[in-house]
Amino acid sequence: MSLLLIQVLNGVQYGLLLFLVASGLTLIFGIMGVINLAHGSFYMMGAYLAFSLAQLVGNLWLAILIGIPLSVAIGLTLELLLFRQLYRRDHLYQVLLTYGLILIMEEVRSLLVGDDVHGIAIPALFDFSIRLTDTLSYPVYRLLMSAICLATAGLMALVIRRTRLGMTIRAGANNPEMVELLGIDIGLVYRIVFAAGVALAAFAGMIAAPVASIYPGMGNQILIVSFVVVVIGGIGSIEGAFLGSLLIGLADTFGQVLAPQIAGMTIYMLMAAVLLWRPAGLFGRA
Amino acid sequence: MTIRHSRRRVLTGIAAGVGTATLSTILPARFAIGQTAKVKLGLMLPYTGTYAALGKNIDDAMRLAIAEGGGKLGGRDVEYAVVDDESEPAKATENATKLVARDKVDILIGTVHSGVAAAMVKVANDNNALLIIPNAGVGAATGPLCAPNIFRTSFSNWQPAFAMGKVAAERGQKRAVAISWDYAAGKESIGGFKEAFEAGGGKLESELYLPFPQVEFQALLTQIASLKPDVVYTFFAGGGAVSFVKDYFAAGLRKTIPLVGPGFLTDGTLQAQGEAAQGLETTLHYADGLDIPKDKAFRAAFKAAVNREADVYAVQGYDTGQLLVAGLGAVKGDVGARDALVAAMEKTTIDSPRGKFALSKAHNPIQDIYLRKVEGLENKYVSIAAKALADPARGCKMA
Repeated sequence: MSLLLIQVLNGVQYGLLLFLVASGLTLIFGIMGVINLAHGSFYMMGAYLAFSLAQLVGNLWLAILIGIPLSVAIGLTLELLLFRQLYRRDHLYQVLLTYGLILIMEEVRSLLVGDDVHGIAIPALFDFSIRLTDTLSYPVYRLLMSAICLATAGLMALVIRRTRLGMTIRAGANNPEMVELLGIDIGLVYRIVFAAGVALAAFAGMIAAPVASIYPGMGNQILIVSFVVVVIGGIGSIEGAFLGSLLIGLADTFGQVLAPQIAGMTIYMLMAAVLLWRPAGLFGRA
Repeated sequence: MTIRHSRRRVLTGIAAGVGTATLSTILPARFAIGQTAKVKLGLMLPYTGTYAALGKNIDDAMRLAIAEGGGKLGGRDVEYAVVDDESEPAKATENATKLVARDKVDILIGTVHSGVAAAMVKVANDNNALLIIPNAGVGAATGPLCAPNIFRTSFSNWQPAFAMGKVAAERGQKRAVAISWDYAAGKESIGGFKEAFEAGGGKLESELYLPFPQVEFQALLTQIASLKPDVVYTFFAGGGAVSFVKDYFAAGLRKTIPLVGPGFLTDGTLQAQGEAAQGLETTLHYADGLDIPKDKAFRAAFKAAVNREADVYAVQGYDTGQLLVAGLGAVKGDVGARDALVAAMEKTTIDSPRGKFALSKAHNPIQDIYLRKVEGLENKYVSIAAKALADPARGCKMA
């Protein structure tokens, strides 16, 4: 297998994981108009949930099965107590509250699990690598991650394109007042979308936990990149988030390989270029 | 009568105004009334965040050393002003200035994060304050920014890196690739490795950097696989060290290309790295299983005092305490006698758990760097990679 193809694989795999986090962010941003800086913290929460639960029940898959409803419950609670207050408020309030939430979640994490770096073993069934070249192997778990991300993306597309709920979500993103006038409970839609967004970010943290180590502040890096994805893809657009994630994954990978001196900047240069060409993002409506 | 009265009033006024703490800095402590003035230590360490555990070990072990020295420094009681630096360089100057200017600490101690420590060095030099660094390996502190008032009881980034370069070259490895985050500590470390490796006949063919603190390594691992070097040198710590070691293992590279680095790659991370770290060789100024009586005694005492296992950070904190005990003991607690105090600290040989060491002219430890190998959850001592290694202290006017 040629080097180029392997690097494409690396980029796509990273992009697919980004998509899970960015899709929730773009939904919450696009539909409820909330800038959620705490979204990276939900990613971290997922990883720590997977770690703690896997220790309790001794199995990553079981931990994820318990972790997802738990994340949904946490999402619903946060929506009820905090985020509900933000929908009709200025972005400044949202930024302040969600930034405060980052600090609180870091502190809670510190109190409950401590500040150590942790790791989870890859489930035994997938703990092997496929040989690609004479020196390089590719971990099967990473391929599995990509497959899971693709399946989730497909499921989301199905829900949003083909179901009544998806129709309401799309309508709500366009014109929430009209949706309310039609007698649809937009508050319920908000609740579902927010909880789903939290669960998606946490799920990403859970499946990434065995390959990305689990450490304090791990959500911050992915938060920034996810915002770049959302801006490139167009706020509120799932298709845009998907394409944006893949673009960022590839740009980051090839940036490191081809232009190491400016590797830290490649994704931002890509963002600037996209915004020059389409100011509202690839799938955004100006 | 009236004159005496008014003089007394003036004196009381001054005393009330400036307070006893300031008086003790005006008057040499050795003449202070009954030697009651306390030595004030300003601790600026990370007590929250990623490095919280490191800061806590440094703090506890330093207090242990002072307690073992009789609980006093040069006959004076000790009081502490403690600041959590949060490993946040943006707040470092303000925090350090607060300790020096407002709390008027006699000696400033800190910290773990190199960026924060660099700011502390600047503040210490601007205010002519005495500073002891118990961890941060930033080269400049005992290099271009070195000063009589700056001491370090830990290491410079150059030291373990240079020792590893020497080991790799001695093994006859010819082609190396280095990988780290794109930041000062990583570049200093790779520089040290390169110097020894190329002096020994090897060639560092490629330096790979990725933005700090990114932990997505696949692209660069693919590069390494295609370059096929004899050895890979890496500088990562914390979460990055865990991810990198696991990814390197999963990519199958361990089978063909040895991975080496300074000890931070496998210190405090072995539980998380699991099987992927077994057998990894690293260099550091401390190791598990050192046959040094002082080390065994220290580990037992630390365990008894705080009920945690000692590590390299605790050792560095302990030696900071020992340096204080020796230095202030020599001047009988007189922190005002700066030249005598600095001279006494310079001359001290520290009986460290890592092995006895002296300080270089630039005030950095001249110490043995050990080659260690991961076995289970320990970084087992293998051999001495570099004997009594001193940082070259490039750019330091005192060296």
